[in-house]
Formats: sequence, C-alpha cells, structure tokens
Amino acid sequence: MLMKLLSGDRPASPVLTVLLLVILIGLAFAPFLFPGSKPLETAARICIFIVLVASYDLLIGYTGIVSFAHTMFFGLGAYGTALGLSLGGASFAAAGLGALGGVALAAVLALAIGLFSLRVKAIFFAMVTLAIASAFAVLVSQLSFLTGGEDGLNYKIPRELTPAFKLFAEPVLGLRIDGKVLSYYLIFGVALVLFLTLLRIVNSPFGRVLKAVRDNSFRAEAIGYKVVRYRTAATVLSAVMAAMAGVLLALWLRYTGPATTLSMEIMVDILLMVVIGGMGTMYGAVLGAVIFILAQTYLQSLMGLAEQATAGIPLLPDLVAPDRWLLWLGVLFVLSVYFFPTGIVGRLRAGKA
Amino acid sequence: MSETLIRPRIEARPLGERLAEKLPLLLVPLLMLGGLVVTGNPSTWATLTVAGLAMGLMIFIMASGLTLVFGLMDIINFGHGAFVAVGAFIGFTVLTWLSGWTGHPSVLMNLAAMLIAVTVTMLATGLIGYGFEKVIIKPVYGQHLKQILVTMGGMIIAQQLIHVVWGPDALHLSRPLALQGSWVIGDAAIEKYRIVAVGVGLALFVAMRHVLKHTKVGLLVRAGVENGEMVEALGYRIRRLFLVVFMVGSALAGLGGVMWGLYQETITAHMGSEIMVLVFIVVIIGGLGSVEGCFIGALLVGLLANYTAFAAPKVALVSTIGLMVVVLMWRPQGLYPVVKAK
Amino acid sequence: MAEPLLTLDGVHTHIGPYHILQGVSLTVPQGGVSVLLGRNGAGKTTTLRTIMGLWRASRGEVRFDGRDITQLDTPSIARAGIAYVPENMGIFTDLTVAENMMLAATSGPIDAKRLSWVQDLFPPIRNFWNSSAGTLSGGQKQMLAVSRAIIEPRRLILIDEPTKGLAPAIIVAMTDALRQLKETETTILLVEQNFAMASSLGDTVAVMDDGRIVHAGDMATLVADAGLQERLMGLSLEAHQ
Repeated sequence: MLMKLLSGDRPASPVLTVLLLVILIGLAFAPFLFPGSKPLETAARICIFIVLVASYDLLIGYTGIVSFAHTMFFGLGAYGTALGLSLGGASFAAAGLGALGGVALAAVLALAIGLFSLRVKAIFFAMVTLAIASAFAVLVSQLSFLTGGEDGLNYKIPRELTPAFKLFAEPVLGLRIDGKVLSYYLIFGVALVLFLTLLRIVNSPFGRVLKAVRDNSFRAEAIGYKVVRYRTAATVLSAVMAAMAGVLLALWLRYTGPATTLSMEIMVDILLMVVIGGMGTMYGAVLGAVIFILAQTYLQSLMGLAEQATAGIPLLPDLVAPDRWLLWLGVLFVLSVYFFPTGIVGRLRAGKA
Repeated sequence: MSETLIRPRIEARPLGERLAEKLPLLLVPLLMLGGLVVTGNPSTWATLTVAGLAMGLMIFIMASGLTLVFGLMDIINFGHGAFVAVGAFIGFTVLTWLSGWTGHPSVLMNLAAMLIAVTVTMLATGLIGYGFEKVIIKPVYGQHLKQILVTMGGMIIAQQLIHVVWGPDALHLSRPLALQGSWVIGDAAIEKYRIVAVGVGLALFVAMRHVLKHTKVGLLVRAGVENGEMVEALGYRIRRLFLVVFMVGSALAGLGGVMWGLYQETITAHMGSEIMVLVFIVVIIGGLGSVEGCFIGALLVGLLANYTAFAAPKVALVSTIGLMVVVLMWRPQGLYPVVKAK
Repeated sequence: MAEPLLTLDGVHTHIGPYHILQGVSLTVPQGGVSVLLGRNGAGKTTTLRTIMGLWRASRGEVRFDGRDITQLDTPSIARAGIAYVPENMGIFTDLTVAENMMLAATSGPIDAKRLSWVQDLFPPIRNFWNSSAGTLSGGQKQMLAVSRAIIEPRRLILIDEPTKGLAPAIIVAMTDALRQLKETETTILLVEQNFAMASSLGDTVAVMDDGRIVHAGDMATLVADAGLQERLMGLSLEAHQ
C-alpha cells in the first residue's frame, strides 16, 4: 500500500527515510506541534515549495533541461487565482475558475515555448526561457490595471479559509480549528497529492523514457522515441504543476505580487533547493525545500549573531551580515554542483551502499 | 590534373541564395524606415534612432564576448552579466576618485579620466575573467547542465560580493562634463553621450572584424569556432586561445558595464542580470557564435526597444521577445547560423 | 632493422561505454606507405584518433620516434611531427584556402618553394588560393586537407579515407599525388577501403576487425596471395574488388 503510494520509489537510505518521515509528520501536525503564526507560515511555504521544486526537478533532474521560466508558470497559477478572486468575489467557484485559467495558460505557454525552442539545444532553451520569463515579469508589472503592477493584488479568499471561520466550537488537542488551519490542511493535502503524482510520473514508463533521453538523446532518438515530444511533454507537465503550486500560494497569502511569484530571486531559490537537495531524485526537492526555507527563516538571525561577534574585524562582518546569506548559499550551490551533483539525497544513498 | 574538374562552385550558387545571405543586413534600414513611419516625425525619429543605435552598440559590446566564447567552446556563461556589473562598479569608483578631472571644464581632462577608468575596468574584469574561467568554468567543460548552473552560481556570488564591497545601495554618478548635454541638429536633440557610445561601438566592431579576418589569432578563433578539434590537430592549444577570448570577452563586458552605467548614471548589483536578458536575446537573434549576427541583432534590438518605448512604452521588452520569436521562425538558428563541423 | 617510426602496443580505447580498440598492436616502419584496412566499425578511425590523442588510450602504449606519446595532448603530438587528415577533412570552410594553409604552417610563414611544390601536386590549391574553402568541391576539399598536412615537412601523416565519396577521376589524381608524396621522406599511415588504391600505394598492410589487428605484413605478399585475400575478404575487402 505504502509502496504503491510512493510508486515503488523507495527512499533507499535509512537516514533519508527517517528524515522524510520527520518532515511528513512535522508538516502533517504542524499546527499542533508548532503553535503560532510564523511556524505555520513557514510550514505552508515549505509545502508549496516542495511541489514547486519537485516539478522543477521533473525538468532539470529527470529530463536534463534547464528552464528559467519556472517562476513564470508559478506566477501564472497565482495570478489566475488572484484575478479570479479579485474579479469574481471570495468564492471557491471564482478561485477555481481563476486557477483553471492560470493553469491552462501555463500549459499552453509551456507547449509553445517547448515546441519553439526545444528543437535546438539545452543551452538555447535556458536562454530563451530566461528572456521570456523576464519579459513576462516586466509585462506583469506594467499592466497595472489588471495585475496591480509592482504592488500586486490583495483580495479576499472564501470565508471558510480565514481565521474568522471556526470549524468546531471547542479546541481540538488545545488548538482552535479555524479557517487558517483548514487552509493549511488544504494546502498540505493538495501538495501531498501533487508530490505523489510527480513521483508516479517519474516512475512511470514515461519517466523512464525521459531519463533515457536525458542520458543519451541520440540513442533515444535512434530507438525511435521522438525526443522533442517527450521533452515538450515534460515541460508542459512541469509547468502545470508549478502553476498549481502558484494557486496554493495565492490562496494561502491572500496576496499575489511580482516579488512573491515572478522574481528572479525565487527562480534562484528554486535552483538552489533542487541542487542542494539532489537533482533527479524527487525526495531531494523535499529536503532542499525544507532546508532552504528553514535556513531562510532562521539562519539569518544566526548570521546576525555572527555579525555582532565579528564586529571590529574588517570586511568579515560584511561577509556574515544576515543580508549576505545568499552569498553563502551561492558558494554552497557552486560547490554542490561540482562535488555533490546528486545533492544530499545522492550522498545519503551512496553512503548506505 | 584537368581544369574542367575543378570549376569553382561559387558560380553555381543561385542568386536567391546569395541574396538571402545579405538579407539580415537589410533588416536594420528596414526597421529604421518602419520607425520613421511609426513616429511620423523626423526629429523625434532621429533622436530615437540615435538612442537605439547607442543602446544597441552598448549591448553589442557586452554580447560579442559571450557569443565568441560560445562559438569556440560551446559554453554559455550565464554569469557574464556579473562582469557587466562589476565593471560598472569599478569604473564608477575610479571616476569618483577622479572627480576633479571629470568635473573639469577641459574636455581633455574629462577624456583622460574616462580613458583611465575604462582601462582600469577592462584590466580588472579581464583578470577576474581569468580567475572565473580557471575556478568556475574549467571543471565543467563539456557538461552543459552543470555549466549553466555553475555560471549562474558564480553570478549570484558576484552580485553578493558587490554588495559586500560597495554596499547594498545603488550608486549614482554624473557623466564627465564633456559628455553631458545634447547637440541640437535641426529640431532633433541628440545626446552627446549617445554619439560617443555609437562611435565606440562602431570602432570596436570594426576592430574586432579586423582582428578576426586579418590576424592569425583571429583566424584561429574562427577556425576554432568551426572545428576546435582540427585546430588542436594542427598543433595549437585551443584552451589557451579560449582563455584569451574569455578574458577579452570579460573585459568587454566590463567596458559595456561602465558605458551602460554612465548612460543610466545609476548602477546596481543587479544591473548585470537585467542586461543579460537583452544580451541573450541579441545573441540568439544573431546566431550563437556569430559576431556579425550579434552586431545586427544588437542594432535591431536597440532600435526596436526605442521605437516601441516611444509608441507603446508598456511593451518595450516584450517587443524584443517578439522580434526574437519572428527571427527564429524565419531562421531557427538565428540570422547567421554558425557552421559547426561534426 | 631500424626502430619503427610508430608503434602501438596493446592499445585499448573506450568511447563512452563502448570498448572500441581492444588491444591494437601495430608498427609503422620509417618511410613508405602503411595501409590500414578493415570494414566499417573495425576501429580504423579510432586508431588514428588515438594516435593523435583525440581519444585517450585507456591501456597500452603509443610510441612515436622512440618516444612515448600516449599521454601527450593533441597539440604536442602534432608538434612532435604528426599531421592528421581526418575523414571529414576538417576544412575550415569559413576561411579561405590561403588562410587554411597559413594555419597549417605552424612554425612560421609558408615556405614559397614548398608551397609551389604542393600547388603542383594539387593545382586547385593554386587556382582557388583566395577562394573561401567552403565553396570548394568535395575533391578539392580533400586536396586542401592533404595539402595542409604536407605544407611543412612532417615525419608521419595519418590520412583517413582520402578517396571516400570522390569521383573516379579525382581518386586517380589523389593516388598520383600520394605516390609523389611517397618519394619524399614522409611516412604515411593510410586508412583505406578502396583495395585497388591501397594495394597500388601500400608497402605494408595491416587489417583490422573488431578493434584488433587480424593480419599484418607486406602489401606485396597480400596482393600475391589470393588465398589470404580470400580469407580476409569477408572482413574488409568485400565490395571493393
């Protein structure tokens, strides 16, 4: 039963299994285990980013394609939902319709980009997606009558998902089950289903062809697989998943703007998470997202301490200032590409064998 | 051996084919003509056209190194933008030190300051390019995916280091006095700095063409772009050649950074990644590896961006993407596809 | 007998997951033409590329002129005195004929007397001196490729199927030129599928199959021994008689 859920893709390392279980339990009982709004905020972000990063892994890890347009698809889902809620009012129908529109647009755009630029080279695709994604981000910030420009969109979400809504009169296990908690479980549930779906996809015959194409596209072509078709299909699937993660984000934040969805920084974050976690492993997306977001949330205060501790030494305080945490992640990123191209998961699996 | 066997094939090539080769050249005047129609006002058009050419040539300066590096070693440096930003910051720092000269009414003093700033910048970014190639790129030759990731990582690190060295805020700097203001020709006001940018860009293009066509190093670069293995089999170390090209490309990115910075009079650590988008579009339009294509692509992008910024400001960047799409539909490998052996 | 110019001793070469050369041992004596025969995929091109350092031998040793060159990089091997004419000719089509020749002259400006000798061997090199190499016909490109290899004196020239895809008249011209080249000091290792040409030029011969040398000896012996040809026929000489 469990193996079936995981599509037969074992973590294949005791440490990894334990880590994944801890994460699963932590996320499943987050509202009960870590009271307060900041931890819940963090847990929801982790759920959303696990889907986002896992969908990116489908592309980079399993298909061997580097795209810089992943945030664009993420943004399309978020903006679709946001627009639905802004224009249609705070109903599930409006959110659903908007989400559907955003996801569909993401799929169409991914198809167009894929057919257009995957014929040539991986490097070409990377450049084209970078250009298109930046243009899209600029366009969104320009079309302020529709998108709210740089300020983004604030909107109401269905009442059942707001803190004002109480599911039970009495607290459960000491926690008042309000709309925010419901909202969290909606996100957790959907994220879990999406992740298991991705796991299913990469372990399906389709996923195996993707890996064959990644390892040797000439050979795959020679055996008779239409390489462009498979790569495009992976691009579309990954875009749809990213857009769905965007839908979740829009519902959770009640706000959608360029900085939370479309910015290059988020694209870089995704890259860091997938590489540090381990490309081509899916579970790497989980570890990468958890570690990165925890670091983002808590490491900066640690670096603040380091900055104070090194005050007086030239340059060093600047290097360890909380704002510079991306510097160290960048270094970690480059080092992991060189030395641990399979990331943490690859290390753990190798360590076992 | 009989002469009949060896008739040159150049005569046999149909007229259409030869015309098609020249066609991309025609795009630039065509676009200018289109600009004239859209703006409908010759003096506005003149201002926009000079602005477009200036922007295009500055992009060309930054993009030329990138495209050659790709042609030679099949490497796209996603961190190329870092050299643009670092160059701008170094150049600004030098110009700030020389503020007595740049604020001096003497044109000569102004130019001397510029010359020093540009020289220091290019030397510095060239040297950083050396380090970047040795440390970041060398370990991942021939692995595209890792190249993209690692050079991107290098870009992140470089941006952060700019913050460490120069602080988190944008820098502002006025141009040297001689480069401020405009010349008024008829009804059209043409900014002096733009004319200078056009001049520098054109001079660089001519110089680069000369080197590529008439020097041994240039011939080796062109030969290497087509078939690096054969260059090695003739006895040349292509890696050394590549390192030189990479350093020159980095130095040019630095030069472009200074010029772009002075054009905007404001620089940020992120300017590199913003400009990279335009640089990529230009390189793709021109055909990866082709300097001529890069030149034409840069002019097209610069002009189009300025015309659309006037006619429909909201879609300026999108219009350049549109141009890229149209060009790729016409020629999937760009305007000047580079011949690759194998 | 003097030491051979080139010796391969138990050379293995892997390309990716494929084990192409499986212990090639081959000697090329000083002077004359040695021919390497074998059907497609036997490993002839890989042998030449391994000598040139374009593929790395994973095992075994390549000795040139008494010196171990197995681990040298390609430019050093070239500068040691080996020229290479690859199967795809490796012409720089973006450059003119003159520029192609100029790059081939690695030790300085082209020697005028030598050039005129090369141009007598291959008149198109003279006639199209300033034409773009991309506009040459296939046969002319092949002439340019060989000309590049001989514009400066080299100890050894590796030539990979110079007659492939060429018209019969051009093959005759090419054979003539190579025969004249033989008169000079240069040693040639020639990969060829055209047995008629190979047997008219070759002094010694080696036959490859499945990444190994299966026969080595004098060309005259092979030409005279119909039975031996018959035995090797299935391996390499079919369709060329």
